[in-house]
Amino acid sequence: MTTVDAILRDAPAEICRPWLRHILRHDEWIALAQAAVAEARVLVALWADTAKVHALFLDPAGLTIIAVSTPAEAGSYPALSPFLPGAALYERMIHDLWGHQATGAADVRPWLDHGHWLLSQPMSTRPGPPGQPGQPGVPNYFEPGDTMILPLGPIWGPLDEAAHLRLSVAGPTIRHADALLGFTHKGTLALMRGKSPRIAARFAARLSGDATVAHSVAFSRAVEAAMEVEVPARAVALRIAMMEIERVAVHLDTLAEVGRLADSPIVRSRCSLLRETLVRASDIAFGHRLMMDCAIPGGVAADIAESGSEAILRALGDIASQLSSIRRLHDGAALSSRLVGVGRAGGALAASLGVGGVVGRASGYAFDARIGFVSDYGQFAPRIAVRHDGDAAARQHQRIFEIEESLRLIGAALDYLPDGPVTVALPQVSGEGIGCAESVRGDVWHWLRLDHGQIAAVFPRDPGWALWPLAERVLEGAAAEDIDLIRASLALNASGMDL
Amino acid sequence: MAPRPDPIDPAAVESLRAGLEEAAQARLGRSLAIRHVNTGSCNGCELELRALHGVLYELERFGIKFVESPLHADVLLVTGPLTRNLAAAMVQARDATPDPKWVVAVGDCAVDGGVYRGSYAVLGGAGMGVPVDLLIRGCPPSPGTILAGLRTLLEANLN
Ligand code: SF4
Repeated sequence: MTTVDAILRDAPAEICRPWLRHILRHDEWIALAQAAVAEARVLVALWADTAKVHALFLDPAGLTIIAVSTPAEAGSYPALSPFLPGAALYERMIHDLWGHQATGAADVRPWLDHGHWLLSQPMSTRPGPPGQPGQPGVPNYFEPGDTMILPLGPIWGPLDEAAHLRLSVAGPTIRHADALLGFTHKGTLALMRGKSPRIAARFAARLSGDATVAHSVAFSRAVEAAMEVEVPARAVALRIAMMEIERVAVHLDTLAEVGRLADSPIVRSRCSLLRETLVRASDIAFGHRLMMDCAIPGGVAADIAESGSEAILRALGDIASQLSSIRRLHDGAALSSRLVGVGRAGGALAASLGVGGVVGRASGYAFDARIGFVSDYGQFAPRIAVRHDGDAAARQHQRIFEIEESLRLIGAALDYLPDGPVTVALPQVSGEGIGCAESVRGDVWHWLRLDHGQIAAVFPRDPGWALWPLAERVLEGAAAEDIDLIRASLALNASGMDL
Repeated sequence: MAPRPDPIDPAAVESLRAGLEEAAQARLGRSLAIRHVNTGSCNGCELELRALHGVLYELERFGIKFVESPLHADVLLVTGPLTRNLAAAMVQARDATPDPKWVVAVGDCAVDGGVYRGSYAVLGGAGMGVPVDLLIRGCPPSPGTILAGLRTLLEANLN
């Protein structure tokens, strides 16, 4: 069997900073993906533009990335899903947005398009008439029938998400789970197209509220790579502080939510109080509780307020002083009996789907984009922990560890903070780039192409693309009564991948 | 050391609390029951609703409680732009809520579609699907802003 390197060596390439994007014939496209699987590379993202389909593969051991493309000739391209299960949702999304058919796909049901939009294939050069609601396979909130539907909001479910899990249940055990998403699709890619990076950044910041800083930074890095501009050192340090504050705040929110569902009011109240203390400090420092729109292409929107560092450091002190007691609560019999063994994700599954973040690292898959892909972190040297149990208990402990490490990184970034400007002007140039960041749920990647300073094509990869397929597998065999706990523990979130 | 809760300004919180509880009692003779409806949110508004829901604001003291079904709700708190994929669900949630009921649009997206106005996949704000009684702006609005909005709603409907 041929190797990835052998195929790439002979393929023509285009510049996609900081890498190359290789153009493959259809037969090479399949051969490369098969070789990538054999070499334990991970599919990070699969997306399209009007003419081609693109894929991003990661070598988690060597920390290298390869970007490849194949033409969507006469509207079709060879499917990867028959041997790469993680490709299936992307292929359905590509069909719904661009109209390219994945020949031989494992699953051809609609994903984002439920038949309600003003038009179909909205990203293609020639969008079609609206689809039809109620076709087989189109998710429907009012589905009657014999399968058990677990709606996660917006009406009947107990939760804040707008998504569905279609479950078949045997007694107390879940036999099969099928995630149905797309309900919160907002047409984000079409809205970003044709805009300047600074304006399009507002949409990147709103892909997913729990990762607004991470998505903003990944998008900004892609813009800066494409334009070959260097961000001032002060802005780099402020972005690190913001990304780590976001990680701490959202981990605290998840700890609180899991605590609530696991009948620990004390974990819930302590963690939500600490989260509140921190987001108020963010408001003082950066002018926004969630730091939305604070990281922008070229730097950060505004310098940290004069009293900002002090407010943040005070909040960090409050959190630090309570972390060991929060950890002890998780070691106690009450919580651990509720969390140990629940929602167990295997390391092989996480690696094969490319699930990074807390879920991956708590299952033995040691990938963190801060190591190897985000050079800004270099001098701060983040420490990464890896656990192997893969259950809800391991994920809570992983979050507590990551909070502690982020507290150190925030302190170091604010302490280092060099003087100087916080933005750089953006040239009106053309180019292509990829940027990445480690969000609270895992690695976020943005790809984009600029045409004279405007967005010509863009795709953001939210960690949800990997997390939801993993959740389906984790739920199989789980106790039906644990669904909410498992969902909260995996921090499933629909908006980022609903686009 | 315990973290300082410092919920907005304590005097403002006390006046909010008194106003809300009094209004809820006068209007309903009990707590105001709220059901959250996500019509396409980015989850930013949910993070702040969860903070409101969290013990920090001790909602019961304010005469407010969150409920899990529209059947038991007085108020539907709507977050997110109204996506076409959720439009029918929004109407169903409203129809399932017994009268008298109020619909509150929380966040710039629910107010008028926010940055998503004009998208092929979005109808606009919550008002494009159902009549809306109160708009609470912000992206996302803070828990304190949401509370203040709820008090306005109750007071306006006292008589
Ligand atoms: S108002 Fe802002 S925070 Fe709320 S859903 Fe819209 S974009 Fe997200």
